[in-house]
Amino acid sequence: MNEVLTDWRALIWRHLLHLKRMPDKLISATVLPMVFVVLFGVLFGSAISIPNGGYQEFIMAGIFTQVMITAVPNTAIGTIEDLNNGLTDRFRSLPMSPSAVLVGRTVGDTALRAVTCVAMTAVGYAIGWRLHGGVLEAIAGFGLLLLFGFTMAWVGALLGMRVRSPEAASSLPSVLLMPLMFTSSAYIPLGGLPGWLRAIAEWNPLSAVAGACRQLWGNPAAAGDSFAARNPVPMALLWLAVILALVVPAAVRRYRSVVPA
Amino acid sequence: MEFAIQAEELRKRYGDTEAVAGVSLAVPTGTIMGVLGPNGAGKTTTVRMLATLLSPDSGRATVCGYDVVGQAREVRRKIGLTGQYAAVDERLTGRENLHLIGVLHRLGKRGAKARATELLERFDLVEAADRLSRTYSGGMRRRLDLAASLLADPTVLFLDEPTTGLDPVSRRDLWTMIRAEVDRGLTVLLTTQYLEEADQLADRIAVIDKGLVIAEGTPEELKRKVGQERLDVTVADAADGAVMASALARATTSVPTVSDDGRTVSLTLVGGVLGISTALSALNDARVDVVDLAVRRPTLDDVFISLTGPQRDAEQERALERSTA
Repeated sequence: MNEVLTDWRALIWRHLLHLKRMPDKLISATVLPMVFVVLFGVLFGSAISIPNGGYQEFIMAGIFTQVMITAVPNTAIGTIEDLNNGLTDRFRSLPMSPSAVLVGRTVGDTALRAVTCVAMTAVGYAIGWRLHGGVLEAIAGFGLLLLFGFTMAWVGALLGMRVRSPEAASSLPSVLLMPLMFTSSAYIPLGGLPGWLRAIAEWNPLSAVAGACRQLWGNPAAAGDSFAARNPVPMALLWLAVILALVVPAAVRRYRSVVPA
Repeated sequence: MEFAIQAEELRKRYGDTEAVAGVSLAVPTGTIMGVLGPNGAGKTTTVRMLATLLSPDSGRATVCGYDVVGQAREVRRKIGLTGQYAAVDERLTGRENLHLIGVLHRLGKRGAKARATELLERFDLVEAADRLSRTYSGGMRRRLDLAASLLADPTVLFLDEPTTGLDPVSRRDLWTMIRAEVDRGLTVLLTTQYLEEADQLADRIAVIDKGLVIAEGTPEELKRKVGQERLDVTVADAADGAVMASALARATTSVPTVSDDGRTVSLTLVGGVLGISTALSALNDARVDVVDLAVRRPTLDDVFISLTGPQRDAEQERALERSTA
C-alpha cells in the first residue's frame, strides 16, 4: 500500500509540474469559464426571470457544473498524448501500480478545476452572485463540485483510452454530454417542462450536482417534489459513487492492456 | 549457455491479421540479438509481448527466467524498454524525467536523485539536465530515453527501432552507448529496419517477416546468404545491356540481373577488388560504353529478396500443383 501511495504521489507531482509549466492551459482554464459567468449571469440574467430569486443566483451552480464537464476532453486528450508518444508504454513497463498514472492525471486535472473555481467565484461575486450558507456549506459545495470534476476526469481518461484519437476525444464528449446537460436543471428551473421530461431531468445526475450546490450555497433551487429534487446532496453523492465505481476499475483495466493507435 | 530471453511459438492476432505467427527466440545472456524486418513484420508486437505490455494469444516466453504473463511484475523489475518514440515527458526537465522513473522504480527519493545525476553524466546531458526536454534535439531525447530505460540497472534491455529518425552522427553516438552497456553485461534485444544497424550491433540476427522468423544467424552467416557486395554497372545504350550481362556471366560465377530499362546490370561481387577487375576487363573486351559503376553493400531489400524468394517460389509451385490437379 505504501508503494502504491509513493507511485500516486510521484505521478501527482508530475501533473502539478505540468500545470506550472503550461500557462496557456491555465489561461484557457480560467478565461473561458469567467466569460461564461459574465455571459450567463449578466446577459441571460437580465432576460430570464425565475420564480424564487434572480437567474444570476440560480445559474452560477449550473455554470460550475458545465465547466466541470469540459474537463472530459482535456483529460482524454492528455491521456492520448501519453499513449501515442510512448510514455504509457514506458510506465507500463515499470514495476509500478497500474492505477498511478491515471490517478496522477485525474488529480492534476482536478487541481486545475480548483483554480477555475476560484476565478469563476471572483467574477461571480463581481456581478452580484452570493454564497448565502455558512462557510462549511460553501466549502462542502465546492468539494462536491470538485469530486464531480474528478469523476468527469476519470470518464475522460477512459474515453481517451477507448477512442485513442485526439479528434474523436475532443468532439465526442460534447455529443454525449450536451443532451445530458440540457435535460438537467443546470440552466433552467424545471417547472415549465412536460411531466415525462421533468421526471428525467429531476433524476439526471447533473441536476443532482447543480441542485446540491444550490442547496449548500443557499441559492434558489430548481423546484420539484420528486425524491431526487428534494434530496440533491445525497443523490449527487450516490450518483458520483456509482459512476466512479464503474469507471475507475474499467479505466485501470483498460490502461493495463491499451495499445497505441 | 544461459538465455536471458526465451520465447516459444509466440502468437498474437489483431482482428484478421496475425501480427506474430509463432515467433521463437533465444537470446544468450550478455549478447545483442537484432530482430530485423520491414514495417508490419511483427517486430514491435513481439517486443511488446516480451516486455509484458501485451499478452500473447498463445506460446510462452520468459525473461530472466520469469514468465512474461504470470510473473509480469518480476519481469518489469529486470527490464528496460526504449520504444519507437523517445518516451520523455516534454514538460519536465531531463533531470525530472529521470527522477520520476527512479522513484517509480522504488529507488527512493535520494537514490533516484543520485542515479539521475549519474546517468545524465554518462549520457552527456549534464548541461541540458535542467532544461525542459521539449527543447532537446532528437538525439538528446533519445539519449534521455535510453538513460530512463537504464535507470534501474536492468538485466535485459529492449530497444525498438532506437535510431529511427536520428541523424547519422546521433545514430553512431547511440550505437557506441549501447555497446558500452553490453560491455557491462546487459542483454539487448534490438529491433531495426536497417541491416547496417543490426550488422554494427548484433551478435545474432533474427530476420522476421509476416510474423515469422525466416532466418537466424550471425551477421556474417546472413550476409553470406545474400552475397557480400553487389556490383551495379550502367551503360549508355540499353541495347548494350544484354551484351554486358552475357559478358559478365561468362567472366564471373554469379548470375547478373538486368534492370527494367535494360541499362543497369547487377551481380553479386565475388572476390572483392579482384572481382571488380575481372568484371571490368570483361566489359572492356565486350566494348560496351560504361557510364556508371557502383559497388553496393547488401541492403535489407537484398536480404529479403534472397530470403523470401525461395519461399514464394514454393508457394507458386503449390498453386500450380493445385491448378493442374
